[in-house]
Amino acid sequence: MSGRGGAGRTTFLGMPATAPPGVGNLRGTEPFPAAARRALGDAQLRRNLRHATGTIRAKSAAVIDEVPDWPQLRAAGRAIKADTMARLPELLEQLEAAVTAAGGTVHWATDAVEANRIVTELVQATGADRVMKVKSMATQEIGLNEALEAAGIEPVETDLAELIVQLGDDRPSHILVPAIHRNRAEIREIFLRAMPGVDPALTDEPAVLAAAARRHLRETFLATRVAVSGANFAVAETGTLAVVESEGNGRMCLTLPETLITVMGIEKVIPRWADLGVFLQLLPRASTGERMNPYTSLWTGVTPGDGPQQVHLVLLDNGRSAVLADEVGRQALHCIRCSACLNVCPVYERTGGHAYGSVYPGPIGAVLSPQLTGVADNASLPYASSLCGACYDACPVMIDIPSILVHLRAQAPHPRTEAAAMAAAAYTMDHPALYAAAQRAAGLGRLAGRALPPPLNGWTASRDMPAAPPQTFRQWWAEHRSGS
Amino acid sequence: MRIALFVTCLADTLFPEAATATVRLLERLGHQVDFPTDQTCCGQMHVNTGYPDEAVRLVRRHVRVFAPYDVVVAPSGSCVGSVRHQHPMVARRAGDDALASRAAEVGRRTYELSELLVDVLGVTDVGAYYPHRVTYHPTCHSLRLLRVGDRPLRLLRAVRGLDLVELPQAEQCCGFGGTFAVKNADTSTAMLADKMRHVLATRADVCTAGDASCLMHIGGGLSRLRAGVRTVHLAEILAATEADTDPPGGRDRTGPASRDTAAVAR
Amino acid sequence: MTGREVVLARLRAALAGAPPAVPEPGPAPRDRGDRPPGHPDLLDRLAGRLTDYRAEVHRVAGAGVAEAVAGILAAAGARTVVVPAGLPAQWRPGAVEVLVDDGLPATRLARLDAVVTAAAVAVAETGTIILDAGADQGRRAISLLPDLHVCVVHPEQVVAGVPEALARLTPDRPLTWISGPSATSDIELNRVEGVHGPRRLHVVLTDG
Repeated sequence: MSGRGGAGRTTFLGMPATAPPGVGNLRGTEPFPAAARRALGDAQLRRNLRHATGTIRAKSAAVIDEVPDWPQLRAAGRAIKADTMARLPELLEQLEAAVTAAGGTVHWATDAVEANRIVTELVQATGADRVMKVKSMATQEIGLNEALEAAGIEPVETDLAELIVQLGDDRPSHILVPAIHRNRAEIREIFLRAMPGVDPALTDEPAVLAAAARRHLRETFLATRVAVSGANFAVAETGTLAVVESEGNGRMCLTLPETLITVMGIEKVIPRWADLGVFLQLLPRASTGERMNPYTSLWTGVTPGDGPQQVHLVLLDNGRSAVLADEVGRQALHCIRCSACLNVCPVYERTGGHAYGSVYPGPIGAVLSPQLTGVADNASLPYASSLCGACYDACPVMIDIPSILVHLRAQAPHPRTEAAAMAAAAYTMDHPALYAAAQRAAGLGRLAGRALPPPLNGWTASRDMPAAPPQTFRQWWAEHRSGS
Repeated sequence: MRIALFVTCLADTLFPEAATATVRLLERLGHQVDFPTDQTCCGQMHVNTGYPDEAVRLVRRHVRVFAPYDVVVAPSGSCVGSVRHQHPMVARRAGDDALASRAAEVGRRTYELSELLVDVLGVTDVGAYYPHRVTYHPTCHSLRLLRVGDRPLRLLRAVRGLDLVELPQAEQCCGFGGTFAVKNADTSTAMLADKMRHVLATRADVCTAGDASCLMHIGGGLSRLRAGVRTVHLAEILAATEADTDPPGGRDRTGPASRDTAAVAR
Repeated sequence: MTGREVVLARLRAALAGAPPAVPEPGPAPRDRGDRPPGHPDLLDRLAGRLTDYRAEVHRVAGAGVAEAVAGILAAAGARTVVVPAGLPAQWRPGAVEVLVDDGLPATRLARLDAVVTAAAVAVAETGTIILDAGADQGRRAISLLPDLHVCVVHPEQVVAGVPEALARLTPDRPLTWISGPSATSDIELNRVEGVHGPRRLHVVLTDG
């Protein structure tokens, strides 16, 4: 029963499966180029993104420079994650046993539908009609808020950026800072419009805006009996879960309620307690550009007399098994959601996150989302990159994103005309005489694009094509050098 | 030393001056250049557009053509990157492990021009003369795939008469990306606009790089703006001497002639 | 099949073809224990890093803790203070109303001005203090809800880096790692102090 996801899929129980359609937020409604075009036309968005990504790049570079063994830390992070993936089933069983032994309850969700059902039923069992949430990519991925609302349960986002998105009836556009596309003036307007009881004299000073959020959520923290969180890490050998945050909303949600439900992608497990020593050094510096984020909470099951006495962990597949089955693409599961790749990506900086459609934007989103859904459902994303490689250099766990992008392009459905042109080009290029003839045709201005290299087969309105030279190099060589 | 020129399809077809400059430069330095005429294209376009199966025959051809040579040079970081990093992958993917190992072997002997000069031939002063104000764009694949580092800058600093000015935010991609510039033309154009802004801020006469493709992209944009800044391949600058009556870069090669080029890959 | 069985079967099937190659982990991340815990360099670094993230640091002689704590509370105008049951009696401030936590409700804690705790470990390199809910630190809630947190740290608790800290900690206890006051970077990615957690963090660092 519980193994069944969306209808109409022709997968077999027990075989790796992609995330079902019709639930969650992994699929956009239009191809990337169309969405990007609209975003590129929004000058305010461009300014906000340029400022924010520039700020974070500088901060991150400064604190990474302080760590002399950063390359070794990255290599260690990659090795631990690769080891984790190789042993994922047994590590999850080990995690389950440790959490259970510490008084927690572990649930397994094959997909978004199952995870939403499990969480909703757990909340309903408490009798609560409101839950408070710590920012979590996994619950955004599965559309948990929508599922809870459909069941009459109000989800309250407590992370400042998530609150801005929720109050603004907006969509998140960044993994770490979901409201990165908003500047302080826009945030002030959203608060004035949608935050009950807000001081009408609110200014756009960030400290004033943060204080308004503090007042707004205080009662929620004290009165809400159920919290839902994600997890940054889960230690298999100890059953310990970790949430890394800044504001203290995480501590509130992890400490004050009676019931805590954590929804975690299965790839978040790490083998050993000591492995935290690698990731807690990598994540803050790569993510917010801090030596350490203000708050990190670690908890292992239930602690009598301290914090929630009902602790649940929902382990989520939702397409991850399909990613794991791809020998090239599986390293996307190493991601620790730091968003460094977004912050250095020249495409992300100009289009923002909404253009990617999925909750996972930027370079990592361009390799993760198509794999979770199957490439056909996010076919434009592997092409949303110039393959400049900045993401690979920035990744604290050394995910070779450009190679995965190229790998996924080979799986994407191709336009028929393009496929025919590519086959013709390959044939021509494998016959030097034909190739030389095609080059001469180019020189005469009679362009038969099908047989020519990329610069000749399509250009846009904003650049001038170079005029063809009087002779190709091989003609020059034949005249001046051959036989000499 | 006997050096095989891997000209690249782009330089062969559209930017032969970069290739002839490479030949003149290496010959001036006392080396023999071979041009195996059976070469065509490394297949990067196919691989990066999602057609690795179509690329297999081009990888096989490339390996066959260049296997006899101890040293291969290309005036393109991107194509060398493709040969080194993609060819073995394409062969393995096709189940041809023998081809993969031969491709890896050819990749190890294939150098981008600045790598060849500095690492293999051991020169940074190639005896060039180029009296212009120049800024250098470190193309992404030279920078991050090949890690050529400051080799091109060391070569440029040794050129007599050359006034080298630093390019702001040099490491940002120009937005070309091959198939990217076609499939995501708007985003590519936005990236190009910023790159051009930085180039113009240097007040350089010439923007140079080790890749004809990126230079075509940047040069095409600058030409449209009628900005007066020329794009010139690194090889042309290094090949230039006092004896040249018409130093390279004096000829404006970009123009609206081919603007109606058929768009196929959309 | 249960969800558990399905997920595990899928993962085993996914790995059946070709399990991931695990790269050599390489040398272990540098052991930053080249300075032993409590080394003066570490104390200076901890103080500097805490200050950098807007915590206030008070370096006092071992006997001067009570005076320092009282001074901080007085300067902040704090009148009501919660302390964990195991806080050393000599640290308890005198001039203010002190509540010893015995399971006070959150709504009550939220109305208190300050909390005074000890710490378990501190990390010099990152400017982090770590609470492990020991008797002199108390439940997690008491160091969360009051707006001013005064934390007393001893030199031998100060280690160089994160790996050394983990080696001293046990997963059996809930851990709270604190690096400066509550903050956010959610508005234009600038760090702003003071959101939901304590908006002021004072660290009293003793010399022995």
